[in-house]
Amino acid sequence: MKSLKIPPSIGLLDANDAVASVAYRASEVIAIYPITPSSGMAEACDEWAAAGRPNIWSDVPEVVQLQSEAGVAGAIHGSLQAGALCTTFTASQGLLLMIPNMYKIAGELTPFCMHVSARALATHALSIFGDHSDVMACRQTGFAMLASNTVQEAQDLALIAHAATLKCRLPFMHFFDGFRTSHEINKIELIDDSVLTAMLDTAAIHRIRENSLSPDHPTIRGTAQNPDVFFQAREASNPFYDVCADQVEAEMVKFGELTGRHYALYEYEGAADAEDLIIMMGSGAETAAETAAYLNAQGRRTGVLKIRLFRPLELKRLVAALPKTVRRIAVLDRCKEPGALGEPLLVEIMASIEEARQSGLLPDSFCPMVIGGRYGLGSKDFTPAMAKAVYDALVQERPKRRFTVGIMDDVTGLSLSVEADFDLEKSGVIRAVFFGLGSDGTVGANKNSVKIIGEGTDNFAQGYFVYDSKKSGAVTISHLRFGPERIRAPYLIKNAGFVACHQAQFLEQYDVLEYAAPGGVFLLNSIYPAETVWSHMPRTVQATILERTLQFYVIDAYSVAREAGMGGRINTIMQTCFFAISGVLPKAAAIAKIKEAIEKTYGKKGPEIVQKNFDAVDQTLAALKQVTVPAEADSLIELPPVVPAEAPDFVQRVTAVMLQNKGDALPVSVFRPDGVWAVGTSQWEKRNIAQEIPIWDPEVCIQCNKCVQACPHAAIRSNFYDADALVDAPECFRSTEFKVRDFAGKQFTIQVAPEDCTGCSLCVAVCPAKNKANPREKAINMRMQAPLLEAERANYNFFLGLPKPDRATLKDDVKFTQFKEPLFEYSGACAGCGETPYLKMLTQICGDRLIMANATGCSSIYGGNLPTTPYTCNSEGRGPAWANSLFEDNAEFGLGIRVAVDQQVAMARRLLPIVLEGQQPALVQALLSADQSTEAGIAEQRSRVEQLKEYLRSASGPQVERLLDLADYLVEKSVWIVGGDGWAYDIGFGGVDHVLASGRNVNILVLDTEVYSNTGGQASKSTPIGAIAKFTASGKATGKKDLGLVAMNYGNVYVARVALGAKDTQTVNAIYEAMRHPGPSLIIAYSHCIAHGYNLASGFEQQKLAVDTRTWPLYRYDPARADAGENPFRLDSRKPKLPLYTYTDNEARFRMLKMKDPERAKELGKAAQHFVDEHFATYERMARPYETTLPGADD
Amino acid sequence: MTNPTPDPKPTMNLKTNYLGLELKNPLIVGASPFPDDLDKVRALEDAGIAAITMYSLFEEQITQNIVGAEAHIGSYENSFSEAASYFPDVNVLERDADVYLDQIQRVKESVSVPVIASLNGTREGAWVEYAALMESAGADALELNLYFLPTDMEESAAQLEDRCIRIVETIKAHITLPLAVKLSPFFTALPHFAKRLAAAGAGSLVCFNRFYQPDIDTDALDIRPALELSHSTELRLRLRWLAFLSGRIDTQLAVSGGVHTGLDVAKALMAGADVVQAVSSLLINGPGHAADLLEELNRWIEEKEYNSLEDLRGCMNYLRCPDPEALERANYMRLLKSWRV
Repeated sequence: MKSLKIPPSIGLLDANDAVASVAYRASEVIAIYPITPSSGMAEACDEWAAAGRPNIWSDVPEVVQLQSEAGVAGAIHGSLQAGALCTTFTASQGLLLMIPNMYKIAGELTPFCMHVSARALATHALSIFGDHSDVMACRQTGFAMLASNTVQEAQDLALIAHAATLKCRLPFMHFFDGFRTSHEINKIELIDDSVLTAMLDTAAIHRIRENSLSPDHPTIRGTAQNPDVFFQAREASNPFYDVCADQVEAEMVKFGELTGRHYALYEYEGAADAEDLIIMMGSGAETAAETAAYLNAQGRRTGVLKIRLFRPLELKRLVAALPKTVRRIAVLDRCKEPGALGEPLLVEIMASIEEARQSGLLPDSFCPMVIGGRYGLGSKDFTPAMAKAVYDALVQERPKRRFTVGIMDDVTGLSLSVEADFDLEKSGVIRAVFFGLGSDGTVGANKNSVKIIGEGTDNFAQGYFVYDSKKSGAVTISHLRFGPERIRAPYLIKNAGFVACHQAQFLEQYDVLEYAAPGGVFLLNSIYPAETVWSHMPRTVQATILERTLQFYVIDAYSVAREAGMGGRINTIMQTCFFAISGVLPKAAAIAKIKEAIEKTYGKKGPEIVQKNFDAVDQTLAALKQVTVPAEADSLIELPPVVPAEAPDFVQRVTAVMLQNKGDALPVSVFRPDGVWAVGTSQWEKRNIAQEIPIWDPEVCIQCNKCVQACPHAAIRSNFYDADALVDAPECFRSTEFKVRDFAGKQFTIQVAPEDCTGCSLCVAVCPAKNKANPREKAINMRMQAPLLEAERANYNFFLGLPKPDRATLKDDVKFTQFKEPLFEYSGACAGCGETPYLKMLTQICGDRLIMANATGCSSIYGGNLPTTPYTCNSEGRGPAWANSLFEDNAEFGLGIRVAVDQQVAMARRLLPIVLEGQQPALVQALLSADQSTEAGIAEQRSRVEQLKEYLRSASGPQVERLLDLADYLVEKSVWIVGGDGWAYDIGFGGVDHVLASGRNVNILVLDTEVYSNTGGQASKSTPIGAIAKFTASGKATGKKDLGLVAMNYGNVYVARVALGAKDTQTVNAIYEAMRHPGPSLIIAYSHCIAHGYNLASGFEQQKLAVDTRTWPLYRYDPARADAGENPFRLDSRKPKLPLYTYTDNEARFRMLKMKDPERAKELGKAAQHFVDEHFATYERMARPYETTLPGADD
Repeated sequence: MTNPTPDPKPTMNLKTNYLGLELKNPLIVGASPFPDDLDKVRALEDAGIAAITMYSLFEEQITQNIVGAEAHIGSYENSFSEAASYFPDVNVLERDADVYLDQIQRVKESVSVPVIASLNGTREGAWVEYAALMESAGADALELNLYFLPTDMEESAAQLEDRCIRIVETIKAHITLPLAVKLSPFFTALPHFAKRLAAAGAGSLVCFNRFYQPDIDTDALDIRPALELSHSTELRLRLRWLAFLSGRIDTQLAVSGGVHTGLDVAKALMAGADVVQAVSSLLINGPGHAADLLEELNRWIEEKEYNSLEDLRGCMNYLRCPDPEALERANYMRLLKSWRV
């Protein structure tokens, strides 16, 4: 929870929180929409408003969520016109969506300030990480652009921007580096309300009200102007741009007077007589400045010019800031403008110098060499070594005119070489790196440590956290610095005096100790005691410990946690170890601080929890032991290969490197220039994250395949096969007689993939078969993974090699669908994910002829976030073709795919008789009239297409090649448009609606979690009444949009609402029916999610309750039934009816409101029940059978 | 605050002192879901109920909610670049206890009759400190519910009793409020244990807890939690033990379980109860049923021409009833005989 108190003068927070605090207090209307990495700012504002925190005028700002950033920009534009002080927060694609309104807002000279955590734009791939591509795409809108380099600056310039916009009337875009600054926790001086009050000009606010849209003094805006006046009127705003810099500077001066922190529009730092200069914006400028200081101490003459006000670029002050001794300049841009003479800042600087010379601001003799380079795209770390490489490049005889730094470009040779070992870390600064699991609380504990030390002592502190791309079993690396001086090092730590490995298995997966500085401390959480741990470590790790003379400590944190009654959470324990042995504070003082912090953190949770944590601290100190390091690295444990030897070449060369956390080293040449990536690589990443895995008991099993169906990661599979296939089976391979009459004599097996299972236990939860003698046991049961690993690995490998049944013989039902090969496997989705079982099923049903358009969100992240890819292909090389365009356009993207496929089908059909000119008439006829509604029909068509291709390969003629290219389209393709509710209900709704109305044969699958899951649980229009979510922190008051009803309106759209956990038959039927429906279809699939707040092992039970309480009615609307004179609408769930609370009481998202505001919870609970009852009544009415008598039959 | 309507036909002074509280009559609401709904609480007061016992705050609520939130919400925090968390203001989940305390306050504000808070737990631990918080929240008295099944093979009856006594002592040390202790009937030597509880500071013993007895689902091979309301027949067990304790122990006595009619109330008083708790009958018939119970009690007292509640209270206890053996083992013997025809 955000603090509601008046901030103390010192705070430890990231730029998102620091900026939000200023923007919130300086605003009256705040419009928001989530997008990484800016979401934190919007969330903070929403929480503050929900808690009634006032702005500096004692009003609570109105925070309003929109359906997209385009919506935000429109709403902001309106609020500005209506005279309110507004703000918003965004990044990347979101910022692009605001551009049209940004032109308007600027064109109308409207005071406004927005804050952007600058992020890459999606090009060959999506990147959620930081660079300046987004802000640079707005440099022409007329907005003033102000860049911050540090957390402190971000807070301060946020206020300066809010103040300046009031003065100069130009709207401001204040930006700072996404993640590097937005997410870096640093110790800063906070801004008091009084400073805001002094900075925000009352007279200017008065002018805004006077100028507002009001019938009391009516005006007209947004006229359409013609060739006679448009141009002149556009030029009328020039004077405002001319004086903007003066006004910003004046605000900076005023701010300096009020706070003692002084800023300049263009700030030079370095030698007064510098010859070599770097010009740049953003956090990298700090690194360059520190590097310049180092080089100058070595006798070089270097400096850095930090650009803060990029728009309007003010020539006089810019050139005034340039040391006149400069002979060589490197301009660094954190973006890429392919095809341009140079990136935007470079071009501006070149033009500025020339302009200044021509206008006499600079002497003709001032002719420095100017070169330009790109750095840091997509949060590539920008280190002192890279800054030094740039300074070194400048003094080369013939430096590269255009270059990149930070990568190895072996294709166009643009990259500078960087000294790998160069480092600028200062003595006196404690540097600590921690490897943890996302779920073990390492990052949370480290954030807490940064606060404890930063707030509780005179030390400065910095925390930055790196996550991997997985949502389950994710690895986190925390980088913490502590020291007596302000910490200005916006880059990752390479030489840490303290390295902690909170999970021993990481030692075999990552080079943990590459971060360790010689003589440093290494802490390991291991089940082995100090006396024996050495022999359980890989030899290379032993060697590094010896080579770097590390002090090695060990603790069995999980044991301590268990004994202290803390369950599996080791955060406090590992944090205590850090305080005890890192030397960050004297030990006794450090422990006292930890206990103080525990009291503070857990005091509200009750004395029991505080005591428990105190006990844990004491037990930790007793259990923490230093290891006497032997003289030799004698371990027999060698690092296992990252991927098995049989993995394909690309996986060996590229994927394996990325999996080891060494992707930074990969050169340009290994990548396809168009962004295309290899499919099916997740199978090579054996993650081994489950402590327990399900083991099958053939005796108890009733062979229903529900466990296979439920598995979110395709890590349980079933097969039936001839008994003689078992000849070479491993000894412990389990099989039993297949109990299906049509397949008498076959054997049946359910097998877990032991290294891919995440241990979610959904499979066990759905298993309906109980051991009658011991009903605690089912037909599959969770067992410890480690002792079973080797045997189960062999079993699984054998299982994968078993012959697969002919798809054409498998019925389209729940059980037999699960014998079809999943072509979506081992994704990085959360353990127990509610979305992925639907996708897996889709690939089982039609994966070999499936084209997927995937909206940005969870499904695009676990579907396509590197290093590994879960969509794979079958033994014939066919599988889902998957693409992600954007968040907002996915339906249209999918429609485009459909239209192109249809066109190619039409072309192939037209060409076929022409090219074959009467040859093979039966084949032609069969190809054109094939029934492809069944697997058998498709198999036959595939073989006809093969015959055709064979014929064409030996034929010649003008259109032969063309038909050969198109022949595969004669096998029907199934186009599926997939995304979450944030897309379908909100940002992409217009597109969804249009595509449904198009009548084209596309299928839309909405994985409905009722929140924006990927960005952290913000409310969507799918969020139900009474649920708490981000952006609706006081509980959602309005009902969930009925997307299905909207679609049914069209009459020709197949619509189904499904919940796999409630009625799997209905889900399977719906997917088949949608696929076969010749027009558009929409399936809305209930997807439980970690953002609902309960143990996801109960996910399917909750789905059942959602249906039984009628909050999630199941139905299918099939236009084909209407054609047959029947009611197209079928309600598939009628009974029983349970009260809504039996469902909602189980989930934290609903329970939270009860805790927070019981009266409102009660009120919304009633409203929710009413909403459910009303809706269900509507469905019951709709489901009544049609009159059997046709109209007119009496006549 | 609503003005309570006058008690139905007050023919006799039913005023009762319970745990140092002046009650207008001996009928109070036992621990139940009623206090969750302020309208119902007001209706109970209007129907003549003399005090409200809150539903219990469970030891597990205080501790396990936090553990659950940590496991299923906390473990997802700070582990993915795009989302440091998935909920606003997660800390509210730790407010289970606070919500309870808030509700005490709300109930206090809604009615003028005393409000008795209820704490349910059996382990020794820091959770007992919530007793003090209940006191600060405005509770007029506290009822400690020692609800447990002794499943530990290693714990003897004596050890178990000692544990209960220590909990009572610890809670007493945390509060200045009067304390009632709600018991189960399954103590080996109940009178002795009752005496120890009195010595440890229990101002009243509430007889008895009703154990929810789960059923077996023979189809699903599962245990089904069964929550059944009480019947008048359940009163008899209480009557017997009240009769044994009444007048022989230095605490007050309350009855809980099986009070469905005015006559049940009368019987409980006659067996020695200082106050009578009703729950099931009010859940079945609605809060207004309290008025019926009181009216029936009044009518009966009038009919039987008792002069004061004191004459009635305990008149059928072990010390005063005409045939004490009927309460003991002989009761069983006589029944068997009567069946022989």
